[in-house]
Amino acid sequence: MAFEYEKWLRPGKLPHIWCPGCGHGIVMKGLIRAMDTLKLKKEETAILSGIGCASRLPGYIDCCTLHTAHGRAAAFATGLKMARPEMNVILVGGDGDGTAIGGNHFIHACRRNIDMTYIIMNNYIYGMTGGQFSPCTPTGHKASTTPYGNPDPCFDIVELAKGAGATFVARGTAFHANQIDKLIVEAVQHKGFSVVEILDDCPTTYGRRNKFKSVVEMMNRLKEIAVPVKAAEKMTAEQLQGKVLTGVLYKDVTKPEYTAEYAKVIERAKASK
Amino acid sequence: MEKTLPIIEINEKYCKGCHICVEFCPKDVLEMKGFYVSVKNLEACIKCMQCELRCPDFAIKVITD
Ligand SMILES: Cc1ncc(C[n+]2csc(CCOP(=O)(O)OP(=O)(O)O)c2C)c(N)n1
Ligand code: SF4
Ligand code: SF4
Ligand code: SF4
Ligand SMILES: [Mg+2]
Repeated sequence: MAFEYEKWLRPGKLPHIWCPGCGHGIVMKGLIRAMDTLKLKKEETAILSGIGCASRLPGYIDCCTLHTAHGRAAAFATGLKMARPEMNVILVGGDGDGTAIGGNHFIHACRRNIDMTYIIMNNYIYGMTGGQFSPCTPTGHKASTTPYGNPDPCFDIVELAKGAGATFVARGTAFHANQIDKLIVEAVQHKGFSVVEILDDCPTTYGRRNKFKSVVEMMNRLKEIAVPVKAAEKMTAEQLQGKVLTGVLYKDVTKPEYTAEYAKVIERAKASK
Repeated sequence: MEKTLPIIEINEKYCKGCHICVEFCPKDVLEMKGFYVSVKNLEACIKCMQCELRCPDFAIKVITD
């Protein structure tokens, strides 16, 4: 049976602003299915974002939402979660928002292991502002600001999140639409800071500069490079050349969660009065 | 047993003509007609829901009973 997305969408907001074939819409649908599976209550769920095409997502969903400043969603979300620890807090945004201007807030939310889920839509580019390179643009690739090829090495968001202290890290792609909701469900259920990177496509500012003839070609590339983590165990280093692992890539249930630790600080402070 | 066909609903107000549903339908049920997608061969549909799942624009629905 057709899925009823309507019950999670604010009335009158569609069609959304995203370009034809932009994967952000596919990710938003995955998030909606995950919220539905988890039976989240709208008044107990907050979706926050920074700035960018990806960050327009909260405007469409009917729950508590906050469209904040560029790169700052994690800072606002930390404040919200500290004040209302019972809320389900979900951050969404792009690679530029999260790893360039917001890189600082991203790593510190990971370090604190504060209980929220961060969905980062990595389309390798600043889509909204016309295709400038981001810290996730692969070396050699073209952006409006690197017309002769990007000289920078790029971030691996999964490794970055793990290194900074996130306790749940997963990766999916806009091609593997069916998996997106499953990864988000697991991430939201995890108690601690969980990061879900979705490799995405920006046909308008990245695709055409990097010789992708169509959206379908970009989707097929995501299909080709993705290797489920279980399948990768049986592959050689050579076979894994140029591939990216997908699925749940890291999980640690031993590290204390931040709001729970802070509640203890409050108790200690009260006891010392 | 007779096969029941789904209803494939296309919302032209939302469809942006990206080709994703046409390309990833395993049974070649859909085609582009001008800017929008349209149903070419409903009989072949296996109700796999791939088109609905992949559409970035909430523009195609597969209604089964
Ligand atoms: C303080 C500030 N600096 C710069 C900008 C301009 N700006 C808007 S969106 C954006 C990048 C967005 O890229 P990303 O987060 O990857 O999202 P996408 O558009 O690719 O989905 C930038 C630099 C801004 N809005 N605010
Ligand atoms: S510019 Fe790129 S990221 Fe922004 S809506 Fe268009 S395709 Fe999507
Ligand atoms: S449900 Fe499957 S077979 Fe039917 S039109 Fe959609 S993609 Fe094609
Ligand atoms: S995937 Fe959606 S937007 Fe794209 S052509 Fe099909 S119905 Fe239209
Ligand atoms: Mg981007």
